[in-house]
Amino acid sequence: MRGRDVLTITDFTRQELEALFEEADMMLSALKEGRRLRVLEGYVLATAFFEPSTRTKLSFQAAMLRLGGSYIDLPPEEVSSRAKGENLADTIRMLDSYADAIVIRHRVEGAARFAAEIAEHPVINGGDGTRDHPTQAMIDLYTVRKALGKIDGLTYGVLGDLKYGRAARSFILGLSLFKPGKVYLISPPQLACRRDVLEFLEERGVEYEEASSLASVVGELDVLYVTRIQRERFPDPAEYEKVRGSYRVSLEALKGAREHLVVLHPLPRVDELAFDVDATKHAWYFTQAAFGVPVRMALLKMILKG
Amino acid sequence: MESSRELRVSKIREGTVIDHIDAGRALHVLRILGLTGAEGLTIAVVMNVPSQKLGKKDIVKVEGVELREEQVSKIALIAPSATINIIRDYAVVEKVKVRVPPAVEGLLKCVNPNCVTNMPREPVRSRFKVVSVRPLKLVCEYCGAELNQDDVIKQLTGGGGAA
Repeated sequence: MRGRDVLTITDFTRQELEALFEEADMMLSALKEGRRLRVLEGYVLATAFFEPSTRTKLSFQAAMLRLGGSYIDLPPEEVSSRAKGENLADTIRMLDSYADAIVIRHRVEGAARFAAEIAEHPVINGGDGTRDHPTQAMIDLYTVRKALGKIDGLTYGVLGDLKYGRAARSFILGLSLFKPGKVYLISPPQLACRRDVLEFLEERGVEYEEASSLASVVGELDVLYVTRIQRERFPDPAEYEKVRGSYRVSLEALKGAREHLVVLHPLPRVDELAFDVDATKHAWYFTQAAFGVPVRMALLKMILKG
Repeated sequence: MESSRELRVSKIREGTVIDHIDAGRALHVLRILGLTGAEGLTIAVVMNVPSQKLGKKDIVKVEGVELREEQVSKIALIAPSATINIIRDYAVVEKVKVRVPPAVEGLLKCVNPNCVTNMPREPVRSRFKVVSVRPLKLVCEYCGAELNQDDVIKQLTGGGGAA
């Protein structure tokens, strides 16, 4: 693991992810016990977020600090050299010379791979366009493992924008590295899962079914992964209004759900995940967000130190 | 084929014969070579004739032209079974079977406008993995977008349709 880039979840094997999860367990214990870790003392992480982020950026920064390391953050475009017209390649070269690793989020697909080709130090993809968000998938899978004790054999529902949502896509691809029982892909037809993801599921022998409503499958699910449907994906506002209601998760929508159903959401949520779910035992999404720190601590430690 | 039914095309003295072109694509090959006929060179084009290897094929014969490597690479992408015969002094001095490489760099443009390879001012060339030759399927190494035979023909010939 040491020195490698983290570009897409499918670059990893099941064994590597399990090792990561074990390392994350140790980080979680250390955090709970209030132990001060120094394993990355003297190391610097560069956070290069060209697209907005709350959780991903802050959790990477917190993770670094919790390991005794530090970070440098790329300033917003207006006040940086980018305002003078500096390209991405030069920006990455600069960060590569200042830091031991770079986390990059960019609206353009393939940006992280490009950055990894330029930089000598490890590059972590914090989200590129509509494509990959590997560390989110790691956190999501870790949460399932923590909540239900395993990832294999369960029935999953992935809901929302399966075509453009990178968190959903990465989660589905990540699941395929394990042996899920069945995966329901629940979306409006216009936002159905892309062909390349379905082919990956088929190649890995994962049983899946595309469904257009949550109601039809909610009673079978062990895990429900909720993602937001963005207004921008629907040129017709009336169509958007018509569609989004059907993909909203509320207490009402969870009637008939299994008692142990784990509801996940990469956050931030707008109105696709109702507040009335928060107080229920299904609400694992805040814990999921909190796991972002120990999982990213584990990843950083493994990449920088092995 | 009976000789009395054939159209006699003289052997070329010096030039190139591209044989075993997928049927219907000879004109695309000419586009790739930048030949319209206005150059004044002798060109013979035979289309949709029987072929043992392909069932049907096209053939292009061009006097006075030898192909550059980049042209051969482009032809491979639309005529993966093509054989290029270099003619000197009326004889075939070299026979090259085109080969579709495992990856194609720089020749093609990614169809995803949001791909990093389409960003202006970035020092990055497009790079595609060849997933299959027949049917042609290329996948962008950066963003995963797929190119099919039609996309490739369009790009290499600068517009126009498929065959």
